[in-house]
Amino acid sequence: MFDPFAYEFFRNGLFVATLAGALCGAVGCYVVLRTLSYIGHGLSHAVFGGFAVSSVIGINYFIGAGLWGLGSALLIGRVGRRRIGSDAAIAIVTTASFALGLALVDVYGTPSTNADAALFGNVLGVTTADIVGVVVVSVFTGVVLFLRYRALLFASFDPEVAKVSGVNTGRVDALLMVVLTLAVMVSMNIMGVTLVAAAIVVPAAAARMLTQSFTRMLALATTIGAVSGFVGMNASYHLDVASGPTIVLTSVAVFAVAYVVETVRNHRLRPTPEPITPDVAPSVQPVGDLVI
Amino acid sequence: MSGPGESPLVALDRVSASYGAQRVLDDVSLTVTSGTFLGIVGPSGAGKTTLLHLLAGSLGPTAGRVARRPGLSVGYVPQIQTVDWKFPVTVTECVLMARTAKRWVPWPTGEDRRRAEAVLAQLGIGGLGDRHIRELSGGQQQRVFLARALLQEPRVLLLDEPTSGVDLRTRHEVMHLLGDLHADGLAIVITTHDLNGVASHLPDVAFLNRRLIARGTPGEVLTPLNLEATYGAEMEVLVHAGLPVVVPAPLRLKRTG
Repeated sequence: MFDPFAYEFFRNGLFVATLAGALCGAVGCYVVLRTLSYIGHGLSHAVFGGFAVSSVIGINYFIGAGLWGLGSALLIGRVGRRRIGSDAAIAIVTTASFALGLALVDVYGTPSTNADAALFGNVLGVTTADIVGVVVVSVFTGVVLFLRYRALLFASFDPEVAKVSGVNTGRVDALLMVVLTLAVMVSMNIMGVTLVAAAIVVPAAAARMLTQSFTRMLALATTIGAVSGFVGMNASYHLDVASGPTIVLTSVAVFAVAYVVETVRNHRLRPTPEPITPDVAPSVQPVGDLVI
Repeated sequence: MSGPGESPLVALDRVSASYGAQRVLDDVSLTVTSGTFLGIVGPSGAGKTTLLHLLAGSLGPTAGRVARRPGLSVGYVPQIQTVDWKFPVTVTECVLMARTAKRWVPWPTGEDRRRAEAVLAQLGIGGLGDRHIRELSGGQQQRVFLARALLQEPRVLLLDEPTSGVDLRTRHEVMHLLGDLHADGLAIVITTHDLNGVASHLPDVAFLNRRLIARGTPGEVLTPLNLEATYGAEMEVLVHAGLPVVVPAPLRLKRTG
């Protein structure tokens, strides 16, 4: 049972998967509640374009992919304000970026980084740079979510009134996009482009099923993400299945349990209909000085 | 109505506002003082919400000038229909948002909590702090958002259609509650479609349809002429118990042939 812990590569992978799971879970709360799940999915594809470009021109992956992801997010915002709407803008910008990445990999190859790892994840092959990247982004995200907790909550729930109340909603939205892009970027080598969106959305959706409080949802999603990373990694070793799918399937299993719990709870809370009594007098509305 | 000599808290001077190429307000002048208790009425798309945003300072004018008293605190209550009821917030989390939005720590202070409990109790919804906002009645929900605005300790309270989508009893309660808050010294501006509620509860009414058509006491401005200029429809104004009552004019069929 504890065999894999003897290997350093497994310990590194387990640490990174657990931390990235927690990171994606926390960021995912804002993504799910702002109904931005599609942008989370799209950004992972857009970041792959940045990965390919940075590989071809020989710059640091984190800088290249990070800037590319932020540029894509800003472009989505700009294109989405036109007649086509934000969902079409996400599809156009992110698939174009993904296609560009595939074309560049096809033509030039990837001398410095493995494209398969970016596409499908390779948590057991994480480098020291990957570990440092996940730690730095997790600390940065933790600080942002702590210090701007209230502003992020207000701007996510009620942007109109938040703006009136002095919250710079444009800056808060931009900060969230930065955090989301960074989370996608550092999680890509672990989960892979195709599964990172699930790591962002599923723990948050499961947490939402279990609580009516935002504070508790944030704590639950972070925990579910971390547990999914930890359990999924161990399952990956023992079942001899790729780690990305086992991590995502673990969080989907948690979501399924949360779904059943919520269904049962709703069923129990549903009020029983009151018996109809024919001699009930019609309710009298108070009139007072109200003139109809 | 604004008393003579009261210095303005917010003054719009020949203000226009647009969203892109579409102009929604044109040449509007309006003053809010500490004595203001104003109802803005007009058809959908008349620019009522835009006017509130100009008063709140969350929207700038495309022409004209907005003067606001320095450091003025404004509370804003949104249309209840625009609230995301699926969002996971309890009553306490919701009301504390406005008070703590600019803080650098996530948790509210003890004073914040005490103030929140006091305001919730003042509005008759004490003890509901742990409930999700969707689990409340329409009137209670309206009070939660009112409590959130009041926790900012505003001098001016702006409410966007606080009486729409609620039943008659709740509408009545909300208007009386606003009357009490105004009596306590709060300047209040509301938008509404409830012409008769305005006539019976508010001392000051403004008719708006992109332009300010009339402003005055209900007795002065609730006239068929102003109603037609604002809504483009014929309405009659009757008087009942000393109050004007607006009723749609009977349909007059034109004889043809």
